[in-house]
Amino acid sequence: MSEPALIPVLSDEEVREIEAECAHLPDRKSAAIDAMMIVQRHRGWVSDESLSAIAHLLGMSVENLDSIATFYNLIFRKPVGRHVVMVCDSVSCYVMGADSLLKRIEAHLGIGLGQTTADGRFTLLPIVCLGACDKAPTMMIGDELIENVDAEQLDGIFGRFE
Amino acid sequence: MASGERPLIGIVEEVGGLVDLGAYEAHEGYAGARQALTGMTPAEVIALVKDANLRGRGGAGFPTGLKWSFVPQGEASDGGLKYLVCNGDEMEPGTFKDRYLLEYNPHLLVEGMIIGAYAIGAAQGYVFLRGEYHEPYRQLQKAIDDAKARGYLGQNILGSGFDFDLRIHRSAGRYICGEETALLNALEGKRAQPRTKPPFPPASGAWGRPTIVNNVETFCNVPSILRNGVEWYQDLGLGDDAGTKLYGVSGRVNKPGLWELPIGTPIREIIDVHAGGMQDGYKLRGLLPGGASTDFLVEQHFDLAMDYGTIQAAGSRMGTGTMILMDDSICPVDMCRNLEHFFAQESCGFCTPCREGLPWVEQLLTDIEEGRGQPGDLELLDRNAQFIGGVTNTFCLHAPGAIEPLASALKHFREDFEEHIRTGECPYRR
Amino acid sequence: MARVNIDGKDYELTAGQNLLQAVLSEHLDLPYFCWHPAMGSVGSCRLCAVIQFADADDERGRLQMACMVNVQDGMRISIDADFAADFRKQVIEWLMENHPHDCPVCEEGGECHLQDMTVMTGHTSRRYGGPKRTFRNQYLGPFIGHEMNRCITCYRCVRYYQDYAGGRDLQAFGSRSRMFFGRESDGVLENEFAGNLVEVCPTGVFTDKPFSETYTRKWDLQSAPSVCPGCAVGCNTLPGERYGSLKRVHNRYHPDVNGYFLCDRGRFGGHFVNSPARLRQAGAKAGDGVFEGLDAAAATERVAAVLGRGRVLGIGSPRASLESNFALKALVGDENFSTGVAAGEAALDQLMLSIYQAGGARIATTVEAESADAVLVLGEDVANTAPRMALALRQSVNNKPLDMAADAGIPLWQDAGVRGHAQHAKSPFFIATPAPTRIDDLAAGTLRAAPQDVAAAGFAIAHGIDGRFAQAEGADAGFVAQAVAALSEAERPLIVSGTACGSAAVLQAAANVAWALQGQGKDAGLLLAGREANSLGAAMLGGELTLEDALKRLAEGAADSVVILENDLHRRLDGEAADRALANAADVVVLDVLETATAETATLALPAASYAESTGTFVNHEGRAQRFYQVFEPQQDVAPAWRWLANAAITAGRNDLRWQHVDDVARACADGNPHLEGVVRTAPDAAHRNGAGQRIPRMTHRASGRTAMDAHISVHEPKPTVDEQTPFSYSMEGQNGGEVAALIPYVWSPGWNSNQSVFKFQQEVAGPLQGGDVGVRLIEPEPSPAEALATKYREPPTFDSAGLQWVPLHHVFGSDELSAHSPPIVERSTGAEVVLHPDDADALGLVDGQGARIAGAGSMAVRLEPDMAKGCAGIVLGMLDGAQVLPAGGAELSPDPDFKPRRAPEVIARG
Ligand SMILES: Cc1cc2nc3c(=O)[nH]c(=O)nc-3n(C[C@H](O)[C@H](O)[C@H](O)COP(=O)(O)O)c2cc1C
Ligand code: SF4
Ligand code: FES
Repeated sequence: MSEPALIPVLSDEEVREIEAECAHLPDRKSAAIDAMMIVQRHRGWVSDESLSAIAHLLGMSVENLDSIATFYNLIFRKPVGRHVVMVCDSVSCYVMGADSLLKRIEAHLGIGLGQTTADGRFTLLPIVCLGACDKAPTMMIGDELIENVDAEQLDGIFGRFE
Repeated sequence: MASGERPLIGIVEEVGGLVDLGAYEAHEGYAGARQALTGMTPAEVIALVKDANLRGRGGAGFPTGLKWSFVPQGEASDGGLKYLVCNGDEMEPGTFKDRYLLEYNPHLLVEGMIIGAYAIGAAQGYVFLRGEYHEPYRQLQKAIDDAKARGYLGQNILGSGFDFDLRIHRSAGRYICGEETALLNALEGKRAQPRTKPPFPPASGAWGRPTIVNNVETFCNVPSILRNGVEWYQDLGLGDDAGTKLYGVSGRVNKPGLWELPIGTPIREIIDVHAGGMQDGYKLRGLLPGGASTDFLVEQHFDLAMDYGTIQAAGSRMGTGTMILMDDSICPVDMCRNLEHFFAQESCGFCTPCREGLPWVEQLLTDIEEGRGQPGDLELLDRNAQFIGGVTNTFCLHAPGAIEPLASALKHFREDFEEHIRTGECPYRR
Repeated sequence: MARVNIDGKDYELTAGQNLLQAVLSEHLDLPYFCWHPAMGSVGSCRLCAVIQFADADDERGRLQMACMVNVQDGMRISIDADFAADFRKQVIEWLMENHPHDCPVCEEGGECHLQDMTVMTGHTSRRYGGPKRTFRNQYLGPFIGHEMNRCITCYRCVRYYQDYAGGRDLQAFGSRSRMFFGRESDGVLENEFAGNLVEVCPTGVFTDKPFSETYTRKWDLQSAPSVCPGCAVGCNTLPGERYGSLKRVHNRYHPDVNGYFLCDRGRFGGHFVNSPARLRQAGAKAGDGVFEGLDAAAATERVAAVLGRGRVLGIGSPRASLESNFALKALVGDENFSTGVAAGEAALDQLMLSIYQAGGARIATTVEAESADAVLVLGEDVANTAPRMALALRQSVNNKPLDMAADAGIPLWQDAGVRGHAQHAKSPFFIATPAPTRIDDLAAGTLRAAPQDVAAAGFAIAHGIDGRFAQAEGADAGFVAQAVAALSEAERPLIVSGTACGSAAVLQAAANVAWALQGQGKDAGLLLAGREANSLGAAMLGGELTLEDALKRLAEGAADSVVILENDLHRRLDGEAADRALANAADVVVLDVLETATAETATLALPAASYAESTGTFVNHEGRAQRFYQVFEPQQDVAPAWRWLANAAITAGRNDLRWQHVDDVARACADGNPHLEGVVRTAPDAAHRNGAGQRIPRMTHRASGRTAMDAHISVHEPKPTVDEQTPFSYSMEGQNGGEVAALIPYVWSPGWNSNQSVFKFQQEVAGPLQGGDVGVRLIEPEPSPAEALATKYREPPTFDSAGLQWVPLHHVFGSDELSAHSPPIVERSTGAEVVLHPDDADALGLVDGQGARIAGAGSMAVRLEPDMAKGCAGIVLGMLDGAQVLPAGGAELSPDPDFKPRRAPEVIARG
């Protein structure tokens, strides 16, 4: 059966990065998670088209790959905003007032958990303990860990992200 | 305590931040690896680590040297690949020790892993790193690159003829990935469901090959054991356990943070001396000694020494050694709800008690907290806790760990639960 | 053996087995979900909890999942202990949190393992007060319904579908308490063994869609032991009937033939029984060519008259029972009888028989294929021609993983552990066929070549193993060397071939390889697939005429009339030529189940009972005679073909053929043919009664009862039909004790209403049935020495590069005549196709998906297949809208611009 041309859905750079992972693993399927994370770093999320292309590249079924994708918290199968805001809701931050902080952030951004601002700037998600419990409450915007989040300073914090 | 007796992070303070390769080498860095690779047999290295009584810092406290000795060596080995894996998943709520090591002293981990790899005969190593750990990733990757450039990694390390390659796998995020067999599935690019044992990883782990998994802090303990010997290491500990431990405190204290202290330092000393005591207006009611999956300790336990045996005897676990304090402004029911929400969320979904039991527990706690508690609810919680809790009741230890804080809260703070149900509201929200 | 104390009583269990399986083998009750006898343990449901005690003094013990415990001598356990029982009850309570409690409308109701386990553990009242989770269901194709809300997350479906059946498109999605089992998006489940999900799922998530469409309560189904008519494997089945129509087909466990599983042709193909294309009334063609109805007596008279008039030929059929074939043969005489297959295929069937009879290698059973440690497939695309074999072969590659696990000290029942340890290791598996097959993923080596080149490779392999066997020129040296090396290393190698690729040389080559291996002291097995359910039976019965001879006699006037038994000659040879020959006959009597093209040409057409409405014997690919029993009384004048023939014989005064019972026919058949002597031992005769002197009930004890049956019309008790032909009754009275394994009409045991109860009928789990063997092997030759065999097939084929050649292909859905009339199968059928290598197509100007005109076979769709052997044009035979036999001569094709595809290809999952 002739295969549809799926690979071009991925950029040369993505393919190169995925192949680099494959080169260091005993079999290509083992790069499944790395590959999805690579594509997500480039595109923000993993679309159905990306998923099929990755599956094809790694020689596995789309079902198989999606089964893996849907297991992990950090693989986004729906589009997200330019910056993903992840607010820690685990116990140390909870003790330090994470619940009320989250309410403030929701009010500040005008969205609830799981939603994206209308301008596509922020997507708000909960996250488990970010490993900075001595600096609770914490959150992460994009790659940046923000410690001792002060609900009075949200303007300044979010203002840094365009 | 001199920084020399704080082999894990003393150097960080001395250097005043990130310990790069130059600084690391200036403080006897890679001397332990050199000694192992050029002066000892793998069996001698394993024996040394065994004698030092290093216990795994990932939570369970399993003797590290003993674990290494399970890897087939010599005759018993088929000559094929072996893997050394570092568990840097650190997602246990309230735990922030491995991140610190990775971010500030990454060469210590690299060196520990080189020694471990040599001991078990692994040519390939992986650091399984939490996906959210971006800065630790950058620092560790740099350390690996620098170490490789300097000949500490790669082919024929330090002229010993030993080859070892180290790579980072960045996880896509699930607490269960920290469970070592689930971690191996994740490393293989699969769903991170835990595996059945046997086979145990030292016999058949990553890609079906002999594999050792150790925690970041565990590996970081190894170089100084090589350098300074068994006796020195054992003398670092205060009680039965050997070495130092990274202890942390989070919650309403004056100076929350992380300290390297002799293993066995009393709880009260950690809180009052190092963490600066409780903030004004807050009273300590209870604490989870080593992460979210450990049982509450209360007043009567606060003078105990933080070591494996003592905390276990008190009905809890030392776990990761990073404690979470519950002060008197916090509702124990609500705190349990928060904890069980986490564990229910992070259940892998494989076995019934965990998958179906934890959401029910969360539901019951939510109902009680929000004033909808029913008279029989505590018995239902007890029953769920009892049946979720046994270590053979579930497939892996996620669920038993998940239920520890609740089971202990039902014991220590039962009157709070009863009051919620009796009054139909949460007294802390009044 | 291990002595194990269970609740104070000592048992001898099999050491090294898992405790759950061992406990069930003692026929004790221990609830479970995720463990499956064919798939081992994974320990996910946590239902099979027992208490294990450390020693004699231990009073508390420790909770353990029995399925995860290795049986060891001296163990002491308790199933009844309060804590274990309470834990099991709790597990059910957890699972029922989200279960929809929709039992009244659930297709699984009454036959639900979840229901059974709920009752067994004593969970009766609901305490969970939260909201239930809900899912969106998916469209999964015409076979399987999907009701995800009922899921209890036992993981059996994915383990079966992926790990066992090799499917790729059913997966576990999500995690925590929101696990979803299905496809990535709506679409047909591709794997041709998907239907087993219906039985593997312990609740009603994956349901039998055709059954659901005309749902009936499962305990009201009437059933009897049967045999699938779909192919030569002869899987044992349990068809279920209600109100005169076949509702569903379930697996009937047979330890050697089909184990726990059927293929989807078998499971969903049975609905041809209800087809509007059924011939239901006798008819005679009047002068104007229109059929006029006849009653049974008149029709019988007419047949008798034909028999009394002139020279009458009989054309039998490999899809009719041995009894019906024998009856016809006896009626017309050996010299006037043809088994109804064309000469080429008849020769292949005889060759297959003679290979078996030569005694050079063990005739393997299908299930035994699972334990082969190296496999060579020559020529036969078993996934399409004898599907259940493919499922068994798929398991064979696990022997390497099992060996590796044994070396590593991993218990072999530890399914995930065995798989994880072995990673991608497989036992050696080699396939040589013209077209790609759906088990190619198992293969360490594949050879894509024309049949004669496949044969050449086979000959060369045999020669490579033992130089006394003939060498062949031009064989693919790399493939040959690899296969020789792997087979020579094996202890239990298996050679698989068959008649479907139409090549005697391929069969001979397969025999040589098996014989050569046997000569090297290997325990080599041969697994040869015939084409149809009774191909081997017909071959063993034999007939002096080939089909071509018979038609020639009619055409030349050397015979006057012909009786054609359950056979559409258009599917055997050039249909027009057949019609011309038949037109010459004074009378053409056709007995058939369906209105076929041949029935159209009849002067007298008689409605024959289907396999579900009659009793008879099929001989499967391994020479195993198996009895199928009438599940329900045929309606109208439909009657078993042998019965029509016997009645006609009696009417015609043939006193030698006074048969009243199908047993009489079987007995006469055995008497007249030493090869078939075993037929009478196949199963008990109609006089058989169980220990209590009763007949065996076709209905379960739980049936709603006779008075309720027609209660929507009137409440009365119709008199049950008396059954003279079988030991069964049309009622629910009597005992289904399973005393005779061949007579188990359904599985049920107190507390076990689902198919899981089968363990109560087995000597031990997954072992033989308690009531003895089912079926008899008619061919068990004495072993012959290799030197004698080495000279038998000396002549390897010569290489012939005569341009493009036709090769026959088959498809699991559509190529089989009967199942092709089952609506769900029709939906899955690809329709007629010609399959080409892109290079060959290019040269002819043919394009994928467009039409090709074929001399002598009309037009059909072109499918390009990069993995097709070059120089081979494969035609998928047997499709209702396509070619039934290969066109004569070299392959000539040209583009057909006017071609209209039958329907959009996206509804078809090719797998
Ligand atoms: C649910 C669960 C989560 C775990 N998470 C971690 C983790 O994040 N990091 C870690 O080092 N060990 C974790 N562990 C413990 C590991 O399974 C394993 O025991 C440890 O990595 C071994 O290292 P050690 O011997 O050096 O302590 C977890 C265990 C369980 C059951
Ligand atoms: S206890 Fe069971 S469901 Fe929970 S994480 Fe472990 S295996 Fe998964
Ligand atoms: S049958 Fe044993 S855990 Fe499921």
